[in-house]
Amino acid sequence: MLLEVRDLHVEFHTRDGVAKAVNGVDYSVDAGETLAVLGESGSGKSVTAQAVMGILDIPPGKITQGEILFQGQDLLKLKEEERRKVRGAKMAMVFQDALSSLNPVVSVGDQLGEMFQVHKGMSRKDSRAKAVELMDRVRIPAAKERVAQYPHQFSGGMRQRIMIAMALALEPELIIADEPTTALDVTVQAQVMDLLAELQRELNMGLILITHDLGVVADVADKIAVMYAGRIVERAPVHEIYKAPAHPYTKGLLESIPRLDQKGQELYAIKGLPPNLLNIPPGCAFNPRCPLAQDVCRTDVPPLYDVTESPVPRASACHFWKECLHG
Amino acid sequence: MPEPLEPFDDGRAIDHTGAGGATDLAMEEAETLEKTPGGPLGTGPAGKPRSLWSDAWHDLRRNPVFIISSLIILFLVIIAIWPQLIASGDPLQCDLSKAQEGSQPGHPFGFNGQGCDVYTRTVYGARASVQVGVFATLGVTIIGSLFGGLAGFYGGAWDGVLSRITDVFFAIPVILGGLVLLSVVTSTTVWPVIGFMVLLGWPQLSRIARGSVITAKQNDYVQAARALGASNSRMLLRHITPNALAPVIVVATIALGTYISLEATLSFLGVGLKPPTVSWGIDISSASQYIRNAPHMLLWPAGALAITVLSFIMLGDAVRDALDPKLR
Amino acid sequence: MGRYVIRRLLQMIPVFIGATLLIFLMVNVMGDPIAGLCGDRACDPATAAQLEKEFGLDKPVWQQYLIYMGNLFTGDFGTAFNGQPVTELMASSFPVTIRLTIVAILFEIVIGISLGVLTGLKRGRPIDSTVLVLTLVVLSIPTFVTGLLLQLLLGVEWGWIKPAVSPEAPFSELIVPGLVLASVSLAYVTRLTRTSIAENKRADYVRTAVAKGLPRRRVITRHLLRNSLIPVVTFIGADIGALMGGAIATERIFNIHGVGYQLYQGIVRQNTQTVVGFVTVLVLVFLLANLLVDLLYAILDPRIRYA
Repeated sequence: MLLEVRDLHVEFHTRDGVAKAVNGVDYSVDAGETLAVLGESGSGKSVTAQAVMGILDIPPGKITQGEILFQGQDLLKLKEEERRKVRGAKMAMVFQDALSSLNPVVSVGDQLGEMFQVHKGMSRKDSRAKAVELMDRVRIPAAKERVAQYPHQFSGGMRQRIMIAMALALEPELIIADEPTTALDVTVQAQVMDLLAELQRELNMGLILITHDLGVVADVADKIAVMYAGRIVERAPVHEIYKAPAHPYTKGLLESIPRLDQKGQELYAIKGLPPNLLNIPPGCAFNPRCPLAQDVCRTDVPPLYDVTESPVPRASACHFWKECLHG
Repeated sequence: MPEPLEPFDDGRAIDHTGAGGATDLAMEEAETLEKTPGGPLGTGPAGKPRSLWSDAWHDLRRNPVFIISSLIILFLVIIAIWPQLIASGDPLQCDLSKAQEGSQPGHPFGFNGQGCDVYTRTVYGARASVQVGVFATLGVTIIGSLFGGLAGFYGGAWDGVLSRITDVFFAIPVILGGLVLLSVVTSTTVWPVIGFMVLLGWPQLSRIARGSVITAKQNDYVQAARALGASNSRMLLRHITPNALAPVIVVATIALGTYISLEATLSFLGVGLKPPTVSWGIDISSASQYIRNAPHMLLWPAGALAITVLSFIMLGDAVRDALDPKLR
Repeated sequence: MGRYVIRRLLQMIPVFIGATLLIFLMVNVMGDPIAGLCGDRACDPATAAQLEKEFGLDKPVWQQYLIYMGNLFTGDFGTAFNGQPVTELMASSFPVTIRLTIVAILFEIVIGISLGVLTGLKRGRPIDSTVLVLTLVVLSIPTFVTGLLLQLLLGVEWGWIKPAVSPEAPFSELIVPGLVLASVSLAYVTRLTRTSIAENKRADYVRTAVAKGLPRRRVITRHLLRNSLIPVVTFIGADIGALMGGAIATERIFNIHGVGYQLYQGIVRQNTQTVVGFVTVLVLVFLLANLLVDLLYAILDPRIRYA
């Protein structure tokens, strides 16, 4: 397995108390595989990814428990200097907002070339050539002329291509893409997503795709992990989850996608608000918003039940997964 | 002026508009909570959103810096109005035979070069400093925000002319202007000094007011009000003024301290306040001749001055932090 | 770029005229230019009239201004009433004040920025709080009091420096006066840098730089500092003019024969041409320093366009 996250717990220490952002997450990705992590804001999906990359703000953040095994090695046990050499070279990240994620006062050529200078010890001149090569690879027209330009001189889609080029620079084994297309126009979204998927296949990389957009997931992901209040509530192969979700939260998410055949009907919305991480409800965190909630949901935290029905394993953290799956 | 091509993004602004975001809510909350003392994300105990001002007040009441500086300023204002409350002597009654003497019973701060009681003079000196600070700030703020606000709101030729005028005033070194203008003044009241500060100080406030009115004008809800046909006066009063006021108040508070300090500097150069007015500036200035033998004469009024200026700076800082936690 | 510079230079003209006219009016209307000429006594009417005619003071003020400005552009700054050309006074005093300003700016850059970066990176730690309190103390004490106290301690009590600077005013003697002159700005630069660093530290592009696996040092110098120092550089540039104009108190304390000293003499003796001439040059310095800052800004931040 390329990456395995085991029982990860992350807290944020704030003035008002401890925000429990991640409360025991397990997931894994293999080479060439795409894992989609789904969830609302505050579900802990980005925090988990930042913990994997090692870019969590510590403090106020703190990893209290768990392991992050990358090619069999626990990253949390590495020294910072060793960890740094993994970042960018073996695992890389694509952020949501390319405009703010690229340095506004450094040319894109320098920002791309920096990867080769720092990790490969290349000269400035050689790394500039590499930067042009990378920009060609992500299909930025006139790369040679534009390599000296600054981020604000590119369009949103082109900027996100530059982010992707930067992540791919050293051909890492794992890419984490945190909402890579959310900030883009709909027409550009598909292009960028296709590019990412294509390069992933070409380089046989593992991809963790963090998103709240179920539409994107269906096209590119192999498997899905749905997160809620810092926990995984459902894990399944992508085609199965669309057919029959095994958790009421997943079901709610699926039903809230607008569909053409439901034209004229009121759009479904999950009632209530995401939980306050300073004060997560006891029992199942989703219980205040759940249509299936019973007394047991308010007292007992549901474990991840094995709900496998096909050859691929599946899990759901709902006491009433059977009702959900078949009801 | 050079202008930025695109708004300087700070990422967080985008988080609020997009569903989901690069940083999860947990992170965002952690950040906001760390920066804002008091409640999370501007919600009150009942969870209701509060306005900018009541939110700021909520923060300020818990901020020790604000409490301490306000108490010092309150004390100063009381002393400025009723110095007799803590000083029984007469600041102008001096005994040359006691000149430069140090601390002794009944005269804790000793005597100055003319044999006046330093404690009494330090207490009475608060009045001139507070007067200069308060009235200069009032004048500067009223004139500055009126001109700056109108220029920012109407723009165009008005704005062009006003901007050049402020440039003219900015180009003149303040202390030199003071030397030139005040060197011929014979009045011993505080008013010429205040008038001079207003004359050379208003462009600073005018620039701030202009900038913040322009920023407020660009807010989406102000644009919306305009699209809905709100009248100019209604927009100015209801939508723009409350938002543009915050930076003006902060800058004015800090400026108040600098005016007090400027008065002392002008007095040191011999063109500020003049005896028989009692002021810290005059006392520091005259004590500077005796600094080798009797530094206490300088230290007491200078200390009082520094504490006063410090209080206003801290008050301004606290108000700014409360009004805009991001600036911290 | 060229067009922008020309446009800015053109914009400077009305400001320059306005500022000099204002100073000219202040000096002429407020003061009596010949009062200082007849020693301590007032001049008798006949002498006064003759003097007025000699210096062109019988003409309307606007004419006087035009004549003065005309002379100025031919390099004639007029004569101080003691007979010395004003340009001679300038030649002797400006180098001194420029040296003093250079020392002050160096203090701002070296100490101000270092402290700001240090505290910005260590925000909330004891070192941060200590420096922050120190900057507040410095900000709240008027520069001339700081000067008097440092002169007393370092010059008189401990004897580390000469309490008064010699007329030649070499750099070595200007270190403490330069620090005094810089003190308030120094504290401000520290706070500005600290705020800027602390704000940018959380910026997305810094997170990206960390995610790229760059060493911490490189993240700070290449990414964090380059963005954070833009407002600081702007402030320091604009401060050049303010420091030269504000050096007067410091120069008085340390008996430095610079611009402030000459101006003070000019004002005390009501030497119109000395005062107007010096202030005119200071206004020019201020305007040029600001132009320089704007150009520098555009170089530091590629997002700025020349409009």
